[in-house]
Amino acid sequence: MDRQGKGFLLESLEKEKIEAEATGTATVRREITLSTLRQAVLNGLDSSIKTEQFLLNMGPQHPSTHGVLRVLLDLDGERIKKAVPDLGYLHRGTEKIAEYRTYNQIIPLTDRLDYVSAMANNYAFVRAVEKLLQLKVPERAEYIRTIVAEMQRIVNHLFWLGTQALDIGAMSVFFYTFREREVLLDLFEKLCGARLTTNYYRVGGVESDLTRDVVDALYHFVDTFEPHIREYNTLLETNRIWLARTKHIAVITGEDAVNFGLSGPTLRGSGVDYDLRKYEPYAAYDQIEWEVPVGQNGDIYDRYWIRVEEMRQSASIIRQCLDKLPEGPFMTEDHKVSFPPKGRVMHNMETLIHHFLLVVEGFRTPPGDTYCGTETPKGELGFYIVSDGSGKPYRMKIRAPSFVSMGAFDHMSRGYMIADIVTIFGTYDIVMGECDR
Amino acid sequence: MHPVAESLHRRFPEVVTGSREALGDLTVYLRENGALEVFQALHDDPEFRYDYIVDVTSVDYPMDQDRFEVVYIFYSLSRRHRIMVKIRIPESHPVVDSIVSIWKGAEFMEREVYDMMGIQFRGHPDLRRILMPDDYDEGYPLRKDFPLVGKGWRDEFSFVPKYHETLPPLPKEAR
Repeated sequence: MDRQGKGFLLESLEKEKIEAEATGTATVRREITLSTLRQAVLNGLDSSIKTEQFLLNMGPQHPSTHGVLRVLLDLDGERIKKAVPDLGYLHRGTEKIAEYRTYNQIIPLTDRLDYVSAMANNYAFVRAVEKLLQLKVPERAEYIRTIVAEMQRIVNHLFWLGTQALDIGAMSVFFYTFREREVLLDLFEKLCGARLTTNYYRVGGVESDLTRDVVDALYHFVDTFEPHIREYNTLLETNRIWLARTKHIAVITGEDAVNFGLSGPTLRGSGVDYDLRKYEPYAAYDQIEWEVPVGQNGDIYDRYWIRVEEMRQSASIIRQCLDKLPEGPFMTEDHKVSFPPKGRVMHNMETLIHHFLLVVEGFRTPPGDTYCGTETPKGELGFYIVSDGSGKPYRMKIRAPSFVSMGAFDHMSRGYMIADIVTIFGTYDIVMGECDR
Repeated sequence: MHPVAESLHRRFPEVVTGSREALGDLTVYLRENGALEVFQALHDDPEFRYDYIVDVTSVDYPMDQDRFEVVYIFYSLSRRHRIMVKIRIPESHPVVDSIVSIWKGAEFMEREVYDMMGIQFRGHPDLRRILMPDDYDEGYPLRKDFPLVGKGWRDEFSFVPKYHETLPPLPKEAR
């Protein structure tokens, strides 16, 4: 209670007393109560009732921070006056390690950035290297890449929806979303042998072909996915608690969001239709029909709505790509970059040397630098690579969407309640592995 | 020459030192002195309108006279164009102007550059380390002269062999 609060209380007590007198309801007992209360307020304010701004430390170990993130909250009562994120608890020096590794050795490192959507990270990295090499990827590989990237988008958004609802207190959504996520993760396992750290994309194509049974399973998945989305929505869309916790929370205007460099659903929730798949089409995205869902209010609910809508679009993209899937190689024939066929390696000396050199030194990239951004489920994941002409990057910078989002955290959480912090973390779809790199 | 580069050359002849187009990207080279004006123009002027900040990063070239290169990447949502802006600064005075007043998103990016490369940003509201611990005093990890294994803390642990010393030979039974 501040000075103003004390004045207000005394004033209202005074007013009540006058009113009581005026209406003739004042009794001796009431008179006594009021004066004691008045005294108590006066005494209390000077001695026991003290007010001050409260500094609360949240994290680094907190289930809602989706990793290890610490935030210092400056509180006025339950209102947030300032929120200072403290990053770096999961900093593993990926950028430094990358300077000592060949390009193919870096692909597994990118799995560990955003461990919820490893495929998307792989894709962002190989795309940057391909841009540096000016390498053309076979058409079938482009389609497979699109399909797998969209599978990953669905996996990521399902994970996000489950955990966001869990953070808010709706436990059951989590079970439903993880049921479908499991189906896709099993398909990843069939594709490349791993469920989370997939290491599937290669410079010049992908590691293995999309087999018939995976295609059939995918068809089955996209055909049955729409009713599942409706199922999640019946749990949330008109749920009063969900609405109260997400509507008009963490509002950011489109202009501010652009100024902060936000990307992905976090930006599109504010009405900006920036999506790299449309702005700078790559892979098969310009050969199929799909839309970019855009929000209006820039609050958590809009971002939720966008992610759900994106899952529908992803399912549609997957179906169209499967229909159009061309025949042909899934890896580039340019053996300066890709490994020579294993059968020839075992029988031909030159091919063996070639294979050996690709493993030990890696393929060489022309000197220069490039930035290439890819639309991952969380936003624009960019790789800035400086090459000095050797088989290893001279410098690699990862533009992580989670890191950039944390820059806007203070701006977006000011003025909201302490309980909203958990929801605001969730709305960025933040993963600390990517944020801290 | 790209029209944006041409316009920048014309308007800021003493700040813009060159430009280059490679791999579909436009790169503009600036002098450190007066770069803030150019950034302001890049953000505000309707002919540029680079309103979206993509990244701020840095590269270390220890052999060069101007050791550090600060790289800014911006994107124009209305014109769908990306630009890279580069500034070279010497090791003796590694300071550039902060662009937080123009793009708010630069705050964390500049902090990261400071943390990793030791480049200071004049006018930054809160220039602290961001990924490394606040009291980290072993230098700047992404500089080329910083060893991959690190230096300092690791050496203080008696059970970790020193990386610059050779390992003692294993006892016979363990071989």
